[in-house]
Amino acid sequence: MAGLGSARIRPAPSSLFFFLAFFILLVFLPSCSSQDVGPEHNETSGPDRSTSQGSDHPHHNKNRSTTHKKTFPVLDLNFDHVRKPFEISLWILLALLMKLGFHLIPRVSQVVPESCLLIFVGLLVGGVIKAMKETAPILDSKLFFLYLLPPIILDAGYFLPIRAFTENLGTILVFAVVGTLWNAFFIGGMMFAVCQLDVTPQFKQVDLLSCLLFGSIISAVDPVAVLAVFEEIHINELLYILVFGESLLNDAVTVVLYHLFEEFSHAGTVSVGDAFLGVVSFFVVSLGGILVGVVYGVLGAFTSRFTSHSRVIEPLFVFLYSYMAYLSAEVFHLSGIMSLIACGVVMRPYVEANISHKSYTTIKYFLKMWSSVSETLIFIFLGVSTVEGPHNWNWIFVVFTLVFCLVSRVLGVVGLTFIINKFRIVKLTKKDQFIVAYGGLRGAIAFSLGFLLPDNETKHMFLTAIITVIFFTVFVQGMTIRPLVELLAVKRKKETKRSINEEIHTQFLDHLLTGIEDICGHYGHHHWKDKLNRFNKTYVKKWLIAGERSNEPQLISFYNKLERKQAMMLVESGSAARLPSLVSTASLQNMQQTEPAQRRAIPSISKTREEEIRKILRANLQKTRQRLRSYSRHDLFDPFEDNLSEVRFRRQRVEMERRMSHYLTVPAKRQETPSVRKVWFEPEHKVFTYDDNSESTGGGATRQKPRPPDAVDLVDESSRGTNQSAAEGDESEKLKPSRCLSDPGPITEEEQGDEAFLS
Amino acid sequence: MSHFRPRPLRRNHFSEIPDLACNPIRAQIIEAFFDRRNFSQGEAGRVDEIGFEEFLVVMSHFRPPSQRMTEEQRENVRREKLRFLFNMHDTDNDGTITLEEYRHVVEELLSRSGALGKETAKSIADAAMLEVASVSVGHMEPDEFYEGITFEHFLKLLDGFEIESKMSIRFLNMDTTTLCK
Repeated sequence: MAGLGSARIRPAPSSLFFFLAFFILLVFLPSCSSQDVGPEHNETSGPDRSTSQGSDHPHHNKNRSTTHKKTFPVLDLNFDHVRKPFEISLWILLALLMKLGFHLIPRVSQVVPESCLLIFVGLLVGGVIKAMKETAPILDSKLFFLYLLPPIILDAGYFLPIRAFTENLGTILVFAVVGTLWNAFFIGGMMFAVCQLDVTPQFKQVDLLSCLLFGSIISAVDPVAVLAVFEEIHINELLYILVFGESLLNDAVTVVLYHLFEEFSHAGTVSVGDAFLGVVSFFVVSLGGILVGVVYGVLGAFTSRFTSHSRVIEPLFVFLYSYMAYLSAEVFHLSGIMSLIACGVVMRPYVEANISHKSYTTIKYFLKMWSSVSETLIFIFLGVSTVEGPHNWNWIFVVFTLVFCLVSRVLGVVGLTFIINKFRIVKLTKKDQFIVAYGGLRGAIAFSLGFLLPDNETKHMFLTAIITVIFFTVFVQGMTIRPLVELLAVKRKKETKRSINEEIHTQFLDHLLTGIEDICGHYGHHHWKDKLNRFNKTYVKKWLIAGERSNEPQLISFYNKLERKQAMMLVESGSAARLPSLVSTASLQNMQQTEPAQRRAIPSISKTREEEIRKILRANLQKTRQRLRSYSRHDLFDPFEDNLSEVRFRRQRVEMERRMSHYLTVPAKRQETPSVRKVWFEPEHKVFTYDDNSESTGGGATRQKPRPPDAVDLVDESSRGTNQSAAEGDESEKLKPSRCLSDPGPITEEEQGDEAFLS
Repeated sequence: MSHFRPRPLRRNHFSEIPDLACNPIRAQIIEAFFDRRNFSQGEAGRVDEIGFEEFLVVMSHFRPPSQRMTEEQRENVRREKLRFLFNMHDTDNDGTITLEEYRHVVEELLSRSGALGKETAKSIADAAMLEVASVSVGHMEPDEFYEGITFEHFLKLLDGFEIESKMSIRFLNMDTTTLCK
């Protein structure tokens, strides 16, 4: 069981972990049992019996004829007091230890997705509990729908990539609505046909409506399972958003169909009027859910406008408003998932403009944490419930269900894509269709809905079939999708970060296409998107965003975010002590100072204006970005260097500054000729050193002094003089990149994770 | 805009379109229609009025790529669209986008945000140029200058951008009578 990684990994961690797990099980089991059992924990038998009888004790005392003074209990056991929280915590701890354990065994976690391993663990635990003849906690629907599902959905909805989602919204809706309807009716109908044909007695009870109900339960693609599997294979954004968006939006269809068929299965017959009402109900459920979500989202955004004095509770508002949106939608039997998504999506841009960076990080990590715990618990409980639940295994029913699920999914996807491709600019290829069809995983939602069915024989048959389908999709499809993706050479997620050029051009293209559409008089979706943006800017932002940030254009906030992230990275990599020296080199361009060393005592850091510091960091961090990407120039920060070379590095950094100033140059203000070949670049930090003197941040541009012509010579001379040392310094710096690029893992991972958060 | 009978279009016709008024890069869009480089004849310079055919040639840059295209055709379509964008940025026709021109682009984009935008626009444009320099040129000698973005650098920069699908308008749904308002 030793790890296959470096030789240093001792076998101890995994065996220690298993020992821990076993120990926890051991402790857990007695707590599961009734109060009489478990004598091995007694310290003294007398006090234990008396405390285990709880409130009966005073009565007993009175009833006892012999009044004896019992010894004062130094150590006492009172388990019932903490029983419930203890059990819950123990389960969660077990789940998380399992999750940890998987990553200690690297080979397994690369082949098998985490969800499979967790279900497997759940099976084991369920088996153990069953062997002990205890009753295990089952995944009951209330627990699932009210506590376990919302964090996952909120996490998904809050960080939904809006651009990709809205671009493909039509496709997603078609798959979600039409696809799910097709699945439900096809499976339901075919299963009914199978039941009619077969002679097994229990099939006689199964009527069409029950089959349709079963079909509607099992037809929905499950967001939890999709997330769990797709997140590990890093597929390209289009496919991810198609499958995932479908799994989110089909909740409305599932809710409507489920309630519809459940009602009718009591009534027995369906009339046309009922079907029509069903259609109306679908619109009410989905649009109503979205409306509820939007209302709560706006409320949340509005509240966040006033939280500047109590930053600590900002994340709580986000969580609570979202949860309220979910619960409120559930009250009216509207689609809670859509409400939650709508709330997160609406709230996010405004809240992020209002809250502090720390609150943003808190929200991000809490959401990730909760959704991770939920997901783990769901899969483990699924395993436990499988072992536990009353089963009614019927070969024919189960096998046919499985076959029809797969067939209907494939047919549905292929058929719908054929129609959709007529309307799409970027067509879906056969490979894409295969992945979309193959990624239609069923999960715990189907199980919980099945659990809600009224208790009878057919319910057990249905449940068994549902569990089998879930297991099949999660295990077989989940495990094989990764090699298939590699085999088919499906496009993977772009690993590069969003660059500022791409952002500029994205915006530019938006405006360009809107303009072209206006010229043609064609009100395409660029036109409407532009109108929405303008409406947003003029009215909504003023209300929902505090202060002057309401006017900040998206490009600027994107840029600020990018640079702030770089600043965080820089600080985290231990270079905080170097900030003063950064600023000293930044001011190099001020040619009045011939000695850069003079500026080492930095006033601007001591100033508390966040704006200045950010800008200065931005200035220097552009270079960091260059370093990390381009190998080409500048010394790299090595936080672990010793003081001896510090001076040398500082001097070299100074040289680098001068060199960089040669790379990009603009014409000095005095020279009016437009196409001067050598343009003098004023690095932006130069602008901001003037800001040190200015009061307002906006006044810097106008106060920029034109560079005196002799400054050019000065720099040239000095650079020529230092060319020698710079050249050889360059050699050593070229060796440096490797060290910087072998940065510790967490930073790059965080960057990757953050990329999605840059909307 | 133009009557049903072909009549040369002038800049003031474009300026009269009401929806275009709130577009920040309006001037550049209008200029693009009158730029000879976009008429696929390889000439440079500007004209003052265009006919219907030239209008259509400019509009054809926004055609979506068809599904049955070979890789080479797709590459050509990409080049064509990127060339159009490049011409929009390169206002003085010298074949490179200098820092000034790029700054102008960013400033136009941010032109609605007042004084706050102007200074940040500079820094954004500078950062972007720096990025282009590192992406396309890589290591540079101490006394080298980076003059501007050439078309090849531009191609490399927007390599992963999938421009052929992004820069398209669905002409299918467009009614040609609306063109002749």
